[in-house]
Amino acid sequence: MANVADAAQGQDVQVVPRPGLRGLLAQTEIDLRLFGMLAALAIILVGFNLISGGTFLRPVNMVTLGVQAAGIAIISTGMVLVIVSRNIDLSVGSLVGIVAMVYAELMANWLTSLGIGIDFPFRWAIALAIGIAVGAGFGALQGFIIAYIGVPSFIVTLGGLLSIRGLVWYLSNGAAVTGLDPTFQLFGGGAQGSIGGTLTWAVGLVGSLAVVGLLFNNRRRRRQYGFPLRPMWAEVTLAVAGSGAILGLSAFANANYWPQGLADQYAAAHGLPAGLQISTGFPDPLMILLGVTLLVTWLGTRRRFGRYVYAYGGNPDAAALAGINTRLTILKTYVLMGVLCAISAAIAVARLNAATLDVGQSYELYVIAAAVVGGTSFAGGIGTIPGAVLGAFVMQSLAYGLAYIGVDSPGQNVAAGVVLILAVGLDSWNRRRGTRTPR
Amino acid sequence: MGTSSAPVVEMRNVRVSFGGVRAVDDVTIDLRPGEVVGLVGGNGAGKSTLMKVLSGAQGPDSGEIRVNGQPASISNPRDAKRLGIETIYQTLALADNLDAPGNLFLGRELTTPIGQINDAAMEDQTRKVMGRLNPHFKAFRKPVVSLSGGQRQAVAIARAIYFNARIIIMDEPTAALGPGETAQVRNLIKQLKNEGIGIFLVSHDIHDVFDLSERISVMYHGRLVGTVNKDDVTTDEILGMIILGKPPTKLTEKDIAELKG
Ligand SMILES: Nc1ncnc2c1ncn2[C@@H]1O[C@H](COP(=O)(O)OP(=O)(O)OP(=O)(O)O)[C@@H](O)[C@H]1O
Ligand SMILES: [Mg+2]
Repeated sequence: MANVADAAQGQDVQVVPRPGLRGLLAQTEIDLRLFGMLAALAIILVGFNLISGGTFLRPVNMVTLGVQAAGIAIISTGMVLVIVSRNIDLSVGSLVGIVAMVYAELMANWLTSLGIGIDFPFRWAIALAIGIAVGAGFGALQGFIIAYIGVPSFIVTLGGLLSIRGLVWYLSNGAAVTGLDPTFQLFGGGAQGSIGGTLTWAVGLVGSLAVVGLLFNNRRRRRQYGFPLRPMWAEVTLAVAGSGAILGLSAFANANYWPQGLADQYAAAHGLPAGLQISTGFPDPLMILLGVTLLVTWLGTRRRFGRYVYAYGGNPDAAALAGINTRLTILKTYVLMGVLCAISAAIAVARLNAATLDVGQSYELYVIAAAVVGGTSFAGGIGTIPGAVLGAFVMQSLAYGLAYIGVDSPGQNVAAGVVLILAVGLDSWNRRRGTRTPR
Repeated sequence: MGTSSAPVVEMRNVRVSFGGVRAVDDVTIDLRPGEVVGLVGGNGAGKSTLMKVLSGAQGPDSGEIRVNGQPASISNPRDAKRLGIETIYQTLALADNLDAPGNLFLGRELTTPIGQINDAAMEDQTRKVMGRLNPHFKAFRKPVVSLSGGQRQAVAIARAIYFNARIIIMDEPTAALGPGETAQVRNLIKQLKNEGIGIFLVSHDIHDVFDLSERISVMYHGRLVGTVNKDDVTTDEILGMIILGKPPTKLTEKDIAELKG
């Protein structure tokens, strides 16, 4: 028996290469769909750049676009897990709205009356922690009703969408709330709310080293078990492309500078000559998105929780028969959604420097669109978190680009809707042809 | 072997009904270590439902289960697995989007010391156990939806034998297999039997059942017609039990003539 097994393993090491570009891509084991989305994003960006006569691709535009996409992308990472486990969350916009209002009320009124005055240290962090707890609480409540009482998620979260938005109104007595903590405002990006040139290079360096390290570690582990390996050229290509892209993005972000007026003020205050150029580097919201993406991807692919989410999506009965606590798993996906909505709300409030009644309005639509454009299937069991983040960027660059060349917002909506249907249509067509390799 | 030792599993007076349908009606069966008990009956006779009670997938309305002589409470699949009861479900119960290692270790993933899923270790173990079942199997990293029916069945069987079960329930384990693979599963069953594992074998293939089992339990419309030693009966008598629901003693010459058409 053992001999037979060994022989089979020996044969396995040879991977028969398929011809053509598709074959080459297959050898790198890159997700074809992700690759296609990157290509689509590149085409959109370059296309608008051409139409706008070369002004669109300036760092200042791209940084703004990134900050706008971040709020949606953050929530879409969790929406992937919700849709993968055959549910939906329509309440995310209202959740963002309520947590945004909680943040604003806390910093403008509530904390002060609790004796936590303006000068209290880490006031912003206290507000953030409470907001995240509120988000998680609403998520847990909805998740409980869905998982343990068995009301369909569409109904529960539709109810959430309506009633939580109503609560926003009661919280604020129908008026916007202003007066945030200055540190809290940094969540929104802008000149000060960015990590600066040096840190950006550090992030770029760590990121590119991490890519190489992950590839190396993966290869080492597979060799240790005697599994088939990627060809060396593929490893090198991936390493060079991955770390090159990260360093390139860092350089690009560092080519974005503080507004000259602000930079001159800073120079004067620090006894430096006027005309100083200060790199913003990556804006805080994008760094938050990076952290969230890494964290949720890790949860989704490297932890039991994520494995169970995908297993449940693939076959709910099989998951239950395997002894998985499926209800708790579903409940956790909604708690995660609440937390992600709270993080997104922090960015939204910080950018507005206020909480209005309609913060987060229609987010559910953009978030679901991002996940679906990113390859998440409503049939359950299929979807990737990086895909959804890319999906958010595709949708946002389309909207931003159209606005940039002067298309009004109804026109942007028409385009967004068409792209959504097109992306999903292309995907199912591709899948029917059987060329798509899921995983 | 077997007949002298005490039962490893006893199911007593088990009843399950779905609305008005009595799927399992007061059934009592047992299984000894190193023994194969064939469970046969027509479609809808209640075989799968009875086995699901033992594997924790279906709560009984009433009845008692004893494992190693001790009363056991099996209220979910985890309880059953903890008692060393593994199941190959008729539906296979695979998550189509996961690969073979993902399915084999579903709910019992191997992890690194910090609790990260260790895909490489699971793939390694899967390669070893699949080598025993289906040496030509290579699709270790493909979602099982893209595997053939037989390969999927091999994954389900691998899952049942990997975790050192003492009792294995096999609900139609060879339904999707070709002749070669079926022969392999027969060998596997004999091997498991020699290791002292008790097996409930649900099958529609009377010859398989005769070939592999020590005893045969026959169900008919939810009831147990009877349990017989294989050596005491003929295939015709078993067919009579399955189709007419009559124990061999009550089977008439006329009945047998009718069965043969
Ligand atoms: N989940 C369920 N809900 C309602 N009725 C069920 C359920 N499961 C089984 N039944 C009914 O219980 C009876 C026994 O079904 P079961 O699947 O146990 O039969 P079986 O002997 O395994 O048949 P087969 O040989 O076709 O697999 C059938 O009448 C079936 O319709
Ligand atoms: Mg059955």
